[in-house]
Amino acid sequence: MSTDNDNRQVETTIMELLAPYNKQGVALAPDTDIAADLNIDSADVLNFVMEVEDAFDIDIPVNDLSDVRTVADLVALVQSRIGSA
Amino acid sequence: MPDLLKKYHKLKQRHDALVQLGTDAVQLVNEQLLSPTRAIINGRETVLAGTNNYLGLTFEPECIEAGRKALEEYGTGTTGSRIANGTYALHVALEQALAEFMGRQHCMVFSTGFQANLGMIAGLAGPKDTIFIDMDSHASIFDGCRLSGATVVLFRHNDVEHLRRRLKRHDAGEGGRLVIVEGLYSMLGDTAPLREIAALKQEFDFQLLVDEAHSFGVLGKHGRGLAEQEDVEQAVDFVVGTFSKSLGGIGGYAVSDHPDFDVLRYASRPYMFTAAPSPASMATTLCILRQIARRPQLRKKLWDNAALLHNGLKERGFELGHEAVSPVVAVICPTQEYAVAMWNALLQHGVYVNLALPPGTPKKLALLRCSVSAAHTAEEIETVLQAFVKARDAVATMQV
Ligand SMILES: Cc1ncc(COP(=O)(O)O)c(C=O)c1O
Repeated sequence: MSTDNDNRQVETTIMELLAPYNKQGVALAPDTDIAADLNIDSADVLNFVMEVEDAFDIDIPVNDLSDVRTVADLVALVQSRIGSA
Repeated sequence: MPDLLKKYHKLKQRHDALVQLGTDAVQLVNEQLLSPTRAIINGRETVLAGTNNYLGLTFEPECIEAGRKALEEYGTGTTGSRIANGTYALHVALEQALAEFMGRQHCMVFSTGFQANLGMIAGLAGPKDTIFIDMDSHASIFDGCRLSGATVVLFRHNDVEHLRRRLKRHDAGEGGRLVIVEGLYSMLGDTAPLREIAALKQEFDFQLLVDEAHSFGVLGKHGRGLAEQEDVEQAVDFVVGTFSKSLGGIGGYAVSDHPDFDVLRYASRPYMFTAAPSPASMATTLCILRQIARRPQLRKKLWDNAALLHNGLKERGFELGHEAVSPVVAVICPTQEYAVAMWNALLQHGVYVNLALPPGTPKKLALLRCSVSAAHTAEEIETVLQAFVKARDAVATMQV
């Protein structure tokens, strides 16, 4: 079971990793749409996801990414992968 | 309801802006072909330095004659798939010759290399399996993975340690594992660390597929590709390739020693549900394959030419995408606009190269991608080098 505390830690790490890709300085929130709001192209999305994978020592299959739009979606996905690892 | 093409608005705007700067790179027309290395483009005789025609065999009289004969004897098209009426003696002969050339038991011929990847990857892997691919893989590898329904895990380009970590972390469960890499990567001309990847098989259980599209005919003592050069053919379970580069035709193939390989002939949909490649295409490919086997000196000429272009560009101060000499020579440009301006200036100076722009390029680089041919003369390489210098001078005055 993931606690709110775990969630917040995952979210903080993801926000930190996302910051360098946030070239327009958009205020990051759980409902920020990673590709659309931050104007990140597909190549950078993959780079960013690899950094997330390394940070949490998990694999995020490309297939699972199609359901991810927002920071909160990614936090949930990371939690589920940590859980299954 | 939104118009279905509306989603491409941003893509179209970007394209339109680039076209403003000159010729439309994606709709360029070769009005006439004069030789493997020359064409008429925009009414001007142009040296072709971006064709993937590595061995320069597209105009061999013997092979043109073989194609003509096949047209006369077998007609213009097969009008059917390999599993119905589309298999001719020529398809079987080419499959046997390719298997023999590659030193493998089995070969399947596909209608394109793109389709060979779709057919092999989706044929091999299914929803319970996991595929590990290099993140700089060709579009056909990505699409084959998607078609397979398998779990797809990316690793950083040529990063064996990254792949190793992923294999270690991965619990295969009841599914199989397939690792896919390319022999020679088409954008920067670098090769996969295949020996190290093959060595991972001693630690982890997986099957290995190598796409030798650009390395067939180019690498290895006999031209079988990177696996031959690195002496790891035993560890490679499946090789995919294309006829569209060194073999100077159109079509694709896969070879393997797997005893059950032929099951893919009635399990792999991209093989089954498309027309068999045309008779003339099979005949010219077979003829060129025999020439490649017979003329190893072509490979030496290719590498000599590659060294001329690589070293020549480096001496003239251009930044290249790969340290070592390779038949793919990519010039790195500081910006997309600069690359487009250079590309147009090169064309005006009678030289065609490939314009490769992000996001489809490695590390999102803006590239002028050259590919060298054994058919290039020293004078033609010199023309390319001079055109690069003149184009750079012209672009310097344009402030892009
Ligand atoms: C690595 C790679 N695989 C597959 C293909 C597809 O080959 P084809 O042109 O025969 O469809 C290409 C080239 O286009 C390629 O570069």
